[in-house]
Amino acid sequence: MSAVIELAGVTKAYPGGVTAVRSVDLTVEYGELVAIVGPSGSGKSTMLHLIGTLDRPTHGTVRIDGHDVATLSDRQLSALRARRIGFVFQQFHLAPGRDAVTNVADGLLYTGVARKEREWRAEAALVRVGLGDRLTHKPHQLSGGERQRVAIARAVAGDPAVLLADEPTGNLDSVSGAGVVTLLRELNEAGTTVLVITHDHEIAESLPRQVPMRDGQVMA
Amino acid sequence: MKPARLRLSDLLRLGGYGLRSRPLRAVLSALGIAIGIAAMTAVVGISSSSRADLDQRLAALGTNLLTVTPGQTMFGEDAVLPDESVSMIRRIGPVQSATATGKVSSAVYRTDRVPAGETGGLALLAASPDLLSTVGGVLTRGTWINQKYPTVVLGATAARRLGNVPSVYIDGRWWTVTGVLDPVPLAPELDSAVLVGWEAAATYLSFDGHPTTVYTRSVDAQVEAVRSVLAPTANPSSPDEVKVSKPSDALAARRAADDTFTALLLGLGAVALLVGGIGVANTMVISVLERRAEIGLRRSLGATRGQVRTQFVAESLLLSLLGGAAGVLLGYVVTGLYATTRTWPTVVPWWALAGGVGATVVIGAIAGLYPAIRAARLAPTEALSG
Repeated sequence: MSAVIELAGVTKAYPGGVTAVRSVDLTVEYGELVAIVGPSGSGKSTMLHLIGTLDRPTHGTVRIDGHDVATLSDRQLSALRARRIGFVFQQFHLAPGRDAVTNVADGLLYTGVARKEREWRAEAALVRVGLGDRLTHKPHQLSGGERQRVAIARAVAGDPAVLLADEPTGNLDSVSGAGVVTLLRELNEAGTTVLVITHDHEIAESLPRQVPMRDGQVMA
Repeated sequence: MKPARLRLSDLLRLGGYGLRSRPLRAVLSALGIAIGIAAMTAVVGISSSSRADLDQRLAALGTNLLTVTPGQTMFGEDAVLPDESVSMIRRIGPVQSATATGKVSSAVYRTDRVPAGETGGLALLAASPDLLSTVGGVLTRGTWINQKYPTVVLGATAARRLGNVPSVYIDGRWWTVTGVLDPVPLAPELDSAVLVGWEAAATYLSFDGHPTTVYTRSVDAQVEAVRSVLAPTANPSSPDEVKVSKPSDALAARRAADDTFTALLLGLGAVALLVGGIGVANTMVISVLERRAEIGLRRSLGATRGQVRTQFVAESLLLSLLGGAAGVLLGYVVTGLYATTRTWPTVVPWWALAGGVGATVVIGAIAGLYPAIRAARLAPTEALSG
């Protein structure tokens, strides 16, 4: 059980004949920082969904943190996501009108942690991403880069086995984007496994390992 | 790995958050429920208050008054009660008091200039001295009639028709008005009557001395027993020619009519409530459509389908409970205002309040269930892509 992500012969075909991912093998060890890079339509979003257990493969096996996704029920997958997987999305997905602490604490809602503890951990996570002075700011009072940092704080507050970032810099200018990448790198150095999905080769090449994708296949 | 359970406090906060993020919409859809519940609460409240008022009045008036009047003979002629019927009735054990009025055939005029026949529909009755205490009559002003001299007391309606006159003209003689009565709820026939003393009527108006209505009060527990022996006591020779009635029954009969009306209004309130429920369902369906991204996010954060479903049901329940609470309050206030203008006591039965809140819980659950199921069925990937 040394790999946090193990994909073996994974294929995802949608009804209608579209095969988004085709016999992919991928192993990511604990503590790695990996970029899945490819143009749009290469199947990287489907990879994110499969690795994030939001979707199941048509063929092949997906093991996350040692759990075979095929053997888990929908409820068990939810629990796996709640405790072992953190998501960061291109659109941030922050709740408007709720301050940074509440947004981050909401990420721990489904872990069974009491409210006080959630808020305490949320504050710690916000300090970790460099937003210690923005705890009570609401999303509309924050810059794009800061919003993405709040989203990252939400993803890491529960101390997940893997952090999945889907185009984390897609909605940001290059300076904020670079800041977010630096943050992800820092989190990785502190021990979090990070998987970034991006179409940006520059960002991908700045990371230790790249997994290039094209037409649903990982290119060697 | 088992999913953690959502705490109740967290669930309430989740439901409340969905409503707070769109306050105007929440208020408007809760308003539908509120109006329905308010209508139903007010209808029940007003009818209960009216009933409570009636009960209070009946309790004050007493339900132990019975009246005896002559019916008709076998040949269809008007029967008469024997002169001694009052004293006979007074001798029945449980009877506390008995008194009578007798119809006098003379007409009452406002002045001596009024043409004959224009009596204004006023009846002229000879009254026993103890009439008022038995029927529960009260003098608005003045004093009770003098039995020997030509004096009159006017019923409430009669006084209104005649105006503020010092005397009335009966059979070529001026009769002094000594007093005016309040309306007598248990003997409304006295309201449109002009009362003269029993002896004075015999002396000045060729009154035959036959009582035409005997009023009697009995011990409460024995009213029905007294009722059954009144006819043979009043007229032993022909009890069939006697009619016995209980005036408080007539008042109580109004309740039945009220109940029909209440049922109709309750139906209207139920329709308003149904429309309100549809409004809540509509709001929830739209909310689910708009919040696909939030649903996707929550699924990615580890919410199970059940937890998403529960969140939306909780939101719907909160929404309709909000409306229900406001409606119950509004209905209570409306009842209070209406009852106050009628000088009724404000009575809203607890079952109406509990029923109002209970109905909103049912409506909230039903209205929220379908949207919540749709929200839970949404695949996380689909929700996130929207």
